[in-house]
Amino acid sequence: MADFQRLAPELRSHLKRKPGLWVKLKLDPWLLVLLLVIMSFGLVVLYSGSGSSEIAVQKQMVRYGLALMAMLFVAQINMRHVQRWIPLVYIFGIILLVAVLSFGVGAKGAQRWLEIPGLPRFQPSEIMKLVVPLTVSWYLANQLRPPRLIHVIVSMVLVLLPVLLIAKQPDLGTSVIIGTSGVFVIFFAGLLWRYLIAAVILGAAGLPLIWSGMREYQKQRVVTFLDPESDPLGAGWNIIQSKIAIGSGGINGKGWLQGTQSHLDFLPETKTDFIVAVLAEEFGLLGVCLLLTLYFLVLVRGLIIAGAAMLPFDRMLSASLTLTFFVYVMVNVGMVSGLLPVVGVPLPLVSYGGTSAVTLMVSLGVLMSINARRRLPT
Amino acid sequence: MSWSNLDAQRREDSQFQTRLWWSLWFIIIVFVGLVCRLVYLQVWQHQHYVTASDDNRQQLQALAPTRGLIYDTHGSLLAGNRASHSLTLVPEQLSGGRRSIDKVLAELGQILTLDDSDIKRFKRRLNQPRRPYSPVALRFQLSQAEIAQITVNQHRFSGVRIVPELVRYYPLDDGFVHALGYVGRINDRELKNLDATNYSATHHVGKLGIERYYETELHGTVGYQTVETNARGRVLEVLDRLEPLPGRDITLFLDAQLQQDAAQLLEGKRGAIVAIDPKTGGILAMASAPSYGANQFVTGISNANYDALRTSNDLPLFNRALRGRYPPASTVKPVIALAGIDSGIISRKFSLWDPGYYQLTEGGRFYRDWKEGGHGRVNMHKSIVESVDTFYYAIADVMGNTPMTKYLSQFGLGQVTIADQPEATKAVLPTKKWKRANRNASWFPGDSLNLGIGQGFLSATPTQLATMAMVLANKGQWHQVRMIKAIDGQAVKKVSEIGHKDPQQPDNIELKRDSDWNKVHAALIDVMHGKYGTGRRSGADSSYKMAGKTGTAQVLGIKQDSTYDAEKLAERFRDHGLYIGWAPAKDPVIVVAVIIENRGGGSSAAAPLARKLFDSYILGTKIEPESEPEATAIVEVDLEAEAEVENTQGAINDG
Repeated sequence: MADFQRLAPELRSHLKRKPGLWVKLKLDPWLLVLLLVIMSFGLVVLYSGSGSSEIAVQKQMVRYGLALMAMLFVAQINMRHVQRWIPLVYIFGIILLVAVLSFGVGAKGAQRWLEIPGLPRFQPSEIMKLVVPLTVSWYLANQLRPPRLIHVIVSMVLVLLPVLLIAKQPDLGTSVIIGTSGVFVIFFAGLLWRYLIAAVILGAAGLPLIWSGMREYQKQRVVTFLDPESDPLGAGWNIIQSKIAIGSGGINGKGWLQGTQSHLDFLPETKTDFIVAVLAEEFGLLGVCLLLTLYFLVLVRGLIIAGAAMLPFDRMLSASLTLTFFVYVMVNVGMVSGLLPVVGVPLPLVSYGGTSAVTLMVSLGVLMSINARRRLPT
Repeated sequence: MSWSNLDAQRREDSQFQTRLWWSLWFIIIVFVGLVCRLVYLQVWQHQHYVTASDDNRQQLQALAPTRGLIYDTHGSLLAGNRASHSLTLVPEQLSGGRRSIDKVLAELGQILTLDDSDIKRFKRRLNQPRRPYSPVALRFQLSQAEIAQITVNQHRFSGVRIVPELVRYYPLDDGFVHALGYVGRINDRELKNLDATNYSATHHVGKLGIERYYETELHGTVGYQTVETNARGRVLEVLDRLEPLPGRDITLFLDAQLQQDAAQLLEGKRGAIVAIDPKTGGILAMASAPSYGANQFVTGISNANYDALRTSNDLPLFNRALRGRYPPASTVKPVIALAGIDSGIISRKFSLWDPGYYQLTEGGRFYRDWKEGGHGRVNMHKSIVESVDTFYYAIADVMGNTPMTKYLSQFGLGQVTIADQPEATKAVLPTKKWKRANRNASWFPGDSLNLGIGQGFLSATPTQLATMAMVLANKGQWHQVRMIKAIDGQAVKKVSEIGHKDPQQPDNIELKRDSDWNKVHAALIDVMHGKYGTGRRSGADSSYKMAGKTGTAQVLGIKQDSTYDAEKLAERFRDHGLYIGWAPAKDPVIVVAVIIENRGGGSSAAAPLARKLFDSYILGTKIEPESEPEATAIVEVDLEAEAEVENTQGAINDG
């Protein structure tokens, strides 16, 4: 099997003597250009999805600006200098999550926000999207690899603790994202296949047990969750309408601002979680494929960066962050097209909202920082 | 670094690279899968979804479940459903679209009456979040003539429809509302708390009483249908249908005949009657007067009518049976007597000489008995039969706060023990802690004397007094006091059996000597049948024996509520009459509590009503409407603030 390092063009570029502008800025031009293209495309769709609201587009541009600045800032940080703070940050994050459960604020029955006087209100779960892979990478980088069973168990505890706290808020989307990001690190640390297979079998065997232990109304919720169309007035409504939007878009789409599903208010959440349905309705199959291609290029670039990294911590972290980005895309598009159950996961860098944009760009900044320092053993 | 380490390093490197490739392949597979799904939806199924989206002819309609029925104990219908027609608009289907709404409203106004409040409420409903193509109600309760008018003109209005729906109907109405509650249109606040899916076709929700408490059971589960309609919204074909699940039927212990009797007896008065079946704890009757009709609330009461109810001095909206807080007066004497004997503070043979007053200290304040000159030598039996205040001043003085409040609480005072009437209040059982918290003062001996004769800070609702009488009649045996007898024909002994929370209920009372119950019972029978009993006139000439206790609460001061005219003022200083009792005395089938406001003492105002109720329930005697002067007097309970009655200390208390 070929080697990712050989595929990496940077290996040859390091022969150049003078560091260019990109190197000085510690930025990766490939990734940056791709992100800017996705964001611009996203703004075009958002204008339609928000009902031609210039205010929404302007607000989102400001958020993108902030997110880009955050990325630029994080790219300047040398991961090796922050490593020793990671356990402290993790403990602090857990405390914040507990605080959310005890006196957080929120809407629609979910308690997700923390209001601390003097600070803007924020979601501690967003911070954990970065802290959890950082912590697991830090822990496993200090162990022998492939990790032994005890190390795998400790890592799983590190992952499950925040995941359960967030699932209790409840915020299923975020806990899925965080859970997978942690598991990816363990996977890239060289988790033995037999553990992986054993975990899958154990999980599958445990499901009937959990199912039989549940009460009737809980079972009903799970059924609705897995098959939303059994509840066409509630959760099913969104999925039925978004499938109509996607399907009626056809190959070429109905044209920008011409989507009837989104503009006649049939489609819910057109700015946020269901924005890909707006894209599919107005730009058709071609539009969605274009966006998926852009995402695919981002992912390939992320994997190349991971493959070129030398230190275990850098590799595990960059590979995990890349795959987490992928999970966003998979869960969101899968949900909107009716393949996966409805959990609240935004479409990366396209959905309206500042928090997820900043979190994503910060993790991409980490990727860039790792990329810029892969040859500098300081 | 040793060679083996280097080797391990190389192995780790190559493994990591392999896993990156695995990830890449996985990503590719998922992306291909997503694209396949999109191709399936956007190419393969394209035509199907174009149809679905383009003409929007397929609509999902929610189907309201039929609300469960409420029956009395013998199966008479107390709350049913009847058809009502309302006029609705689908704004998206109006010929000129949403913008033409005002024009359409003006045209509709020419063929039927639409007043400003109809239009105002319609606009409010229109601006609430709603699904496209869902109808918005404009008018309810269309008359036959109006239905005909609209049908004839139907061709002029697309998107305007007459929708039949089932709405609540109370066939017996007046006199039942304080027992049953009622349903009304869902308002904005309720909308936020209801399950949006299950109520998507429902317009009414239980607002009060049984209808509110058993809302979950009575409502049922929503159904839906997918229909194909033409451009005007007329249903052409039903494509898919899931029937709604009707609500569950509830049978109450309430006896419709007895309830009507109780309402009849209270006609023209202010007061309440609560009757309980002592063998089950089931409420047989719960009447509060004055009352009002519930049906007008179902279809929307006019502002004028509602204001009249709300501002009436007699407070018809106020549920006296559950929320009226009255001094129980002498009706607590049997319990105080039991407390004295059972706690060992007085002996069973204890007696005293009653000079007609009691003094805490020599030369101190006089606490007077209702009978000037006193009753002579008084033992426990005589103290109950003749309701001797002095006897209770004396034993309350010795007992102090604690044994009295402890025993009163075992009989249910100071707490809500009725399970399924959410409006019930716990009134006041004044413990030392209560007085410290609410009056910021410590407990004085004078407070004990007032408590001993059921006055002072003590207050109780008619429901609580009936419950106390039930426990007395049962010799300490408790049952959950409740309205519900059965649901869907299945008996309910406790509301927790159907998923509700049981109220806290005292344990069954075990006296140190069981025969003490018989002593108190014997005295209570003599109240009704003895030569000097305070209720002897009501107990006379009966074919069965009954037991009971009268009470008279004197209202000496009232927290100001200055809307009353001066000439009526005198009336509200008249006594409240109270009565608790049961019949037949030895094997009770009915326990009642009667409270009549401002019409004099219990033996003349309350006990005769109880006797009539007993006769009706046991012998089936018909109750004749009595001709009495109109009640104009005033209530001491304020609906909003529940301002408390301030009875001056040392209230006089007779039988």
